[in-house]
Amino acid sequence: MILELISIILGGMTIGSALMVILSKHPIRSVLYLVITFFFISGHFILMNAQFIAVVNIIVYAGAIMVLFLFVLMLLNLNKVDERKTNHPISFTAVIAGGALLLVILAALKDGITFTNTIVKSDVGLVENLGTLLFSKYVVPFEVSSILFISAMVGAVLLAKREKQHID
Amino acid sequence: MPAVLSITQGLTVDYYVILSSILFSIGAIGLMTRKNMIVMLMCIELMLNSVNLLLVAFSSYFNQGDAQIFVFFIVVVAAAEATVGLSILILAYRNKRNIDADLFNNLKG
Repeated sequence: MILELISIILGGMTIGSALMVILSKHPIRSVLYLVITFFFISGHFILMNAQFIAVVNIIVYAGAIMVLFLFVLMLLNLNKVDERKTNHPISFTAVIAGGALLLVILAALKDGITFTNTIVKSDVGLVENLGTLLFSKYVVPFEVSSILFISAMVGAVLLAKREKQHID
Repeated sequence: MPAVLSITQGLTVDYYVILSSILFSIGAIGLMTRKNMIVMLMCIELMLNSVNLLLVAFSSYFNQGDAQIFVFFIVVVAAAEATVGLSILILAYRNKRNIDADLFNNLKG
């Protein structure tokens, strides 16, 4: 019962910080609130005993990707550039559309939601079991993902390189 | 390695279905309302992470590890996508000196 209370409080804080991501005006505040949201989601992973995914989420998402966003924000030097005023009819329509999306998802799943499907204790999220699975059954996708990474790296360098470089 | 929590009784998978639907909708609303391109990319990351939450919940519920491997690959693809997206954003900033998404309307008829 205490675990249920913890998960409900953690879920409320997750939703609150996710709302602050889209409500705060300054982009750096949005990045920091998104980092907080990822830490809360990692807390949910630990509650479900998925330790490997929790650590990967913190290291890769909150540690690498969000720092990359923060560095790009600092490089762009957007302090002088004020964000244009949001068009109020468009944001009203967007909120209506998002609420309709949530309503459709929950209405499609409403027969399955009975609050009786409890998650029992499982050991599949430990590093040993996931490592065995990753290097036996999913070893080919794991190797293909390295090709994806090197193509993304080459593409990023190629796109962000300055043009009109003359080599003397 | 022992489990951190000895019991996980009391957590229902239905709660995580509702929570991740709400997070996904928040990401979609942010993607539609905000004009700043970097905040739009961040909302995409939020939507990806809500899907990860649901995958891990069902993986623990069915006691099978395949979904957590999928979450690992989703994280890998998200890292590559963020890298390429941010370099495109730097390229766009060099063109207009701004990253407002409404300014890039050259293809408008």
